[in-house]
Amino acid sequence: MRYDVAIIGGGVVGCAIARALSRFRLRTILLEKECEVGFGTSKSNSGIIHAGHNGATGTLKGELEWAGNRLWDKLHDELDFGFHRNGELMVAMSPEQVSRLEHFLEQGRKRGVTGLEIWDGDRVRREEPALSTEIVAALAAPTAGVVNPYEVCFSLIENACLNGVELAVGMPVRAIRPMAGGGFDIVTPERLVHARYIVNSAGLFSDEIARMAGAGDYTIRPRKGEEYLLDKRLKGLVTRTIFPCPTPQSKGILVIPTYDGTLMIGPTAGFIDDKNERSTTAAGAEEIFAAVRRFCPGISERDCIAEFAGLRATIEGDDFVIAPSKQKGFINCVGIQSPGLTAAPAIAERIVAILRDEGLEMIENDRFQPRVGKRVRFATLSLEDQVRLAAEDHRFGRIGCRCEQISEREIIDAIHAGARTLDGIKFRTRAGMGRCQGGFCSWRSMQLLSSELGIPMTAVTKRGGNTWIVCERKAKSANEGGDA
Amino acid sequence: MITAEPRHLESRYDVVIAGAGPAGMAAAMGARERGAEKILLIDREREAGGILWQCIHHGFGLIHFGTELTGPEYAQRCLQQVIDGGIDVLTDTYVYDISPERTLKLMSGTQGIKLVDAGAVVLAMGARERTRGAIRIGGERPSGVLTAGLAQKFVNMMGLLPGRRVVILGSGDIGLIMARRLTLEGVEVLGVFEIMPHANGLNRNVVQCLHDFDIPLHLSTTIVDIRGRERVTGVTVAPVDEAFKPDMSRAWDVDCDTVMLSIGLIPENELSRRINLRFDPVTTGPIVSSTMETTANGVFACGNVAHIHDLVDFVSRESLLAGRSAGEFATGKRPPADNIRLMPGDNVTYCVPQTVSSDREHTIYMRVKKPMEECTIKFGDIYSKKLPYVFPAEMVTIKMQAKFLQKFHGDTLRVDVVKRG
Ligand SMILES: Cc1cc2nc3c(=O)[nH]c(=O)nc-3n(C[C@H](O)[C@H](O)[C@H](O)COP(=O)(O)OP(=O)(O)OC[C@H]3O[C@@H](n4cnc5c(N)ncnc54)[C@H](O)[C@@H]3O)c2cc1C
Repeated sequence: MRYDVAIIGGGVVGCAIARALSRFRLRTILLEKECEVGFGTSKSNSGIIHAGHNGATGTLKGELEWAGNRLWDKLHDELDFGFHRNGELMVAMSPEQVSRLEHFLEQGRKRGVTGLEIWDGDRVRREEPALSTEIVAALAAPTAGVVNPYEVCFSLIENACLNGVELAVGMPVRAIRPMAGGGFDIVTPERLVHARYIVNSAGLFSDEIARMAGAGDYTIRPRKGEEYLLDKRLKGLVTRTIFPCPTPQSKGILVIPTYDGTLMIGPTAGFIDDKNERSTTAAGAEEIFAAVRRFCPGISERDCIAEFAGLRATIEGDDFVIAPSKQKGFINCVGIQSPGLTAAPAIAERIVAILRDEGLEMIENDRFQPRVGKRVRFATLSLEDQVRLAAEDHRFGRIGCRCEQISEREIIDAIHAGARTLDGIKFRTRAGMGRCQGGFCSWRSMQLLSSELGIPMTAVTKRGGNTWIVCERKAKSANEGGDA
Repeated sequence: MITAEPRHLESRYDVVIAGAGPAGMAAAMGARERGAEKILLIDREREAGGILWQCIHHGFGLIHFGTELTGPEYAQRCLQQVIDGGIDVLTDTYVYDISPERTLKLMSGTQGIKLVDAGAVVLAMGARERTRGAIRIGGERPSGVLTAGLAQKFVNMMGLLPGRRVVILGSGDIGLIMARRLTLEGVEVLGVFEIMPHANGLNRNVVQCLHDFDIPLHLSTTIVDIRGRERVTGVTVAPVDEAFKPDMSRAWDVDCDTVMLSIGLIPENELSRRINLRFDPVTTGPIVSSTMETTANGVFACGNVAHIHDLVDFVSRESLLAGRSAGEFATGKRPPADNIRLMPGDNVTYCVPQTVSSDREHTIYMRVKKPMEECTIKFGDIYSKKLPYVFPAEMVTIKMQAKFLQKFHGDTLRVDVVKRG
């Protein structure tokens, strides 16, 4: 099979590109090495749609942060993932920091970011009473939002597939051979894929993918960020995302009210060598809790229910590279670190434009269906709707995950929508994401995966590969039990 | 196994009990004893009995039934009483919400979504296990890190093993029991690592589950790092000082494919939080009076919802009382209000109930902070009792007669456990 476009890497960037390309009559395939999309950096981040004033003037990051920010309402309306604009506060704890706020205010205004305002300390505490009395001022940005980043990936790819994109998971690209007459052979362990164009959106590994095709010499340096999730008892402590005043190195350590209401704090930022390392550390925890307590004193280590780490794909120069390469037909998205999530919809539009410039004929697909079917979130329905649904299907009446109040039917729906692993279920439904962290429900989710997919319990994994969860009991050895 | 299902779900019951483990079953019997007529006992699992089904070891029932039983045998006996008592049992049903007026919202695999009004409610949802997030062990996030209770479910209920080479973090009872269980299944249990200077499970479990199987127990030692990109491949463990700070110079690595956590239970109060109960920050369960009533009128709590027990027998005893009180409440009878608050003092973690009344006898459950030998428990200066030893993992149970309480004229009675001599 010959494809017009092969997208390599199904993070939020690759999924957004797949979905954008599905508006056209193209044969597109997305190749993802993991067993589900979004399992790279795109599920392990802060989930913030940045306000638009952060990235420096003159950088691609700055430009696409704001351009991307503008596209989220429409995307949300069409694709039904968790998103709202909760706004952010960048807080200053000293007079010198206030002048930094003014710099960001100016930077945002120049770009056209709306609603920016500097508040004094009293206003800050009136709006967010949990914040420290030591805060002297804050830059308020109502354009900032939060999303469930993994849901975004799943919705994007679901919609892309509905419109004809082919998704190939568990498909690591091992080699790329540019062909004499144009186009590429793409080698994976199971399949050889031929495509006229390649879009490289392989995140942390986009340097290796580019090198495979002779399409650029980049070196990605992973920059790790640890994040800690707090018990939902703290829901509402703050309603906006709270940033300290950033330094040139980092946006700093934040308090993020996630879309689902759980508070998250982090991330740290430190370079590491290994692209597969995702460990959290005692030092990271200490740094984060100490940092957030300075401006939000009500947060304690005792409230922590989970932690994770994600890796930013940084390159020399620290800006995004979104451009055709010296290898005709090979387009790079390299160095998509923060705010890559925010920018993803704008990156996708830019890729569409680049492909067109590079000679790919783009004919609108008049059967394009921009929406995905609305997912039922049982816990959020009215009593009448709950009664009706549970009467229609008893699996709506059966609890799947207690902490997050997810019905068994929602878990089954997630499996039918593509979940193949416990993490796949967790990130689609939140089952297992709450206080008990799957202690209660994971065995039941495993049973559902087993029965719906027709696989034994021992083949159910946390996130694919060698992440098995249970194994068979040992076979009785021949002399056991005796033969008397 | 027996399950009963009401043929017809009514819209109002005298007493509704959330959770049909040993606590809920005993509460149902208590309510029946005190004249409640329509009693509904609800459980989210397909069978009543709660966690007991997976506790296939023995050691249950010596106090309550006067004979040693396995978990399932204990459950079976309770369930038989419940069925003989004509109590409606509704399984496969989750109590989803509760209002201060005691209307319960049920989410049921058999009945759909239903609202039920209750004359009195007993909260008996049990406990859940603390997870990795609660103690923040550094390292990667591979598969193969699970709680001991989940491992027990896999092995005893589903016939599957959680791994082949296991280290256990924490010396709670379920972890100790599972150390033995897994060893019997041919799994290598490489050691139990406990950050405290003493075990957190019952002494009999340390002996019967670890010593008898040559499983090392490393006290004042913890896991500082979990390795493995996909499945667990190993851990680093290190001794800790008095402030629980790991001494990395004496750390060592253990190769394993599984980390089993037995780091404590937390009362399951998701449902209780839907109404504005007051909670005890130490037990993390609702504050209860001497009738096991919470701060919400007609809402009672018992078993692991109120505080973590180490023996099911005490759960049954406490819950019988909660059920009796709920039965009385539903039939319009109310004992006099409590007039004395118990205040944990030296070496006392908590007391349940948190208040008592000087007009009758009470059983007081309490825990100590640190082990102590040759000690005395003192209730102000009205009552004292010598104890040969106390141990944090073992609940202390004190019968307190009314005649002592009547000697007390204040409103806050301090409880201390002090060294003798
Ligand atoms: C801690 C942290 C917090 C962040 N917070 C925010 C935030 O709040 N807001 C924001 O806008 N941005 C944030 N970011 C940045 C954002 O998460 C990333 O920019 C974004 O997720 C990048 O998406 P991606 O698709 O490029 O990468 P990825 O999600 O990593 O996707 C790349 C995909 O390529 C696949 N792949 C790799 N190699 C191959 C191969 N050989 N064959 C096939 N597939 C392959 C990978 O498996 C992966 O799925 C944060 C990042 C981190 C680390």
